[in-house]
Amino acid sequence: MRRYVVARAAEIPPGTRKVVTVAGRPIGIFNLDGEFYGLLNRCPHQGGSLCDGLITGLAVGDRPGEFRMIRKGEMLRCPWHGWEFDIRTGQSWCEPAKVRARAYPTELAAGAEVVKGPYVAETVPVTVEEQYVVVAL
Amino acid sequence: MSRYRGAIDCDIHPTVPGIEVLLPYMDDYWQEAFVSRGIDGLEMASYPPGAPIACRADWRPATGRPAADAAIIARQSLDVMGTAFAICNPLTGGQVAVSEAMGAAVCRAVNDWITKEFLDKDARFRASIIVPPQSPELAVEEIERRASDRRFVQVMIPVAVEMMLGRRYYWPLLAACEKHGLPLGLHAGSLHRYPTTSNGWSSHYIQDYVSHSQTFEDQLLSLIHEGAFMKFPGLRVVLIESGVSWLPGFIWRAIKTWRGVRAEVPYIKRSPAEIVREHVRLTAQPFDAPDAEAVMRIAEMIDSDEMLLFATDYPHWQFEGDRAVPDGLSAPYVAKMLVDNPIATYPRLKENPT
Repeated sequence: MRRYVVARAAEIPPGTRKVVTVAGRPIGIFNLDGEFYGLLNRCPHQGGSLCDGLITGLAVGDRPGEFRMIRKGEMLRCPWHGWEFDIRTGQSWCEPAKVRARAYPTELAAGAEVVKGPYVAETVPVTVEEQYVVVAL
Repeated sequence: MSRYRGAIDCDIHPTVPGIEVLLPYMDDYWQEAFVSRGIDGLEMASYPPGAPIACRADWRPATGRPAADAAIIARQSLDVMGTAFAICNPLTGGQVAVSEAMGAAVCRAVNDWITKEFLDKDARFRASIIVPPQSPELAVEEIERRASDRRFVQVMIPVAVEMMLGRRYYWPLLAACEKHGLPLGLHAGSLHRYPTTSNGWSSHYIQDYVSHSQTFEDQLLSLIHEGAFMKFPGLRVVLIESGVSWLPGFIWRAIKTWRGVRAEVPYIKRSPAEIVREHVRLTAQPFDAPDAEAVMRIAEMIDSDEMLLFATDYPHWQFEGDRAVPDGLSAPYVAKMLVDNPIATYPRLKENPT
């Protein structure tokens, strides 16, 4: 497994995303309150560009007619057919056992560590002062 | 040799011969009202009694209404089929009178008439409680009046009631059904409070007849998505004479759309397919498929051997001779349809009321 430097952390503030290409693969990088997560930008349902979808919460209700939103900002809705995925795990809401978006281990790394290697920084110039998002695949 | 010995026929239609048989079961006010206003007939527009489909030719009497007599029904259907129990679903336009009070009066009288002329005369008969869907309150009163007679095994209303059936307006009716362990039977037919198709009034009966499965879909969607089966987990709904072959496509569309926009109804946490397979049953006459192979494939697509209930739909003209089960279903599948599924759907059939 190789580790790729894909972005400066400052490029993806909390609540936002950036779709990057890593080793030819389109991957969406999401910042949830300072934690970074990576998902393949391809919906496991029909192949839509999942990571361009709405970042939203999980709608729940315990009784008929009850409407609540929980886990705000932690769910992703595919722009093609509206399937919902957990940004942290790629798990689908409707078919959690069978349908899952490909998730990649993603983390924050300090510039001082990144410059030492063995990271691959194809397009992101690295300096010791900054924080970087690193994806493993 | 009867073809389906021991079967439970989940849909037969005794016909009220005329208002005169109901008058003895009405109070003075309603007796006077029906006579002085000259109200008789009370047929449902959905099944005009003279139409060929309303009665198979070899079952049609020389005069009068078909299927108006317990002994004739027993001879023409129960004895021929080997039926252990047959559930009487009387269709009467009086049930859907614009006046809810008149509708309730007709329902009370029909339920009394069925008790005396069918249930008391032949132990093989069971019946649905017919209720006025115009008024859930009056419908509940009628259910409470009858529920202790265990020979009533279901509550029946026409499928096209005044509103979408899952709405809270109807919840008292659904609650009463659940409370007494009575499935709610939705029979083909309309109160005609709105057009027979969702695009407006049709020109011909053929349009009404073919499009009617859409109405069943509408009511099912309403019950599912208003959360009625969540509110009333014991509720069972039987679609009577809806046809069967529309179901796989409906299930697929319901699942597909739920996956995409289920946030609209976030309290629905199970796939509509699971909800339908648990709570909904269908009488299997008519089936609406062209041949044995199609029947087999549709049964596979429904993906449950518990949903279909044997029915002749007597005296409606759905089949010839005694072949009431369509070809193409395996012997174990048919065995479940004939006995196991009806008993699971109508638990009162397990009892032996006197």
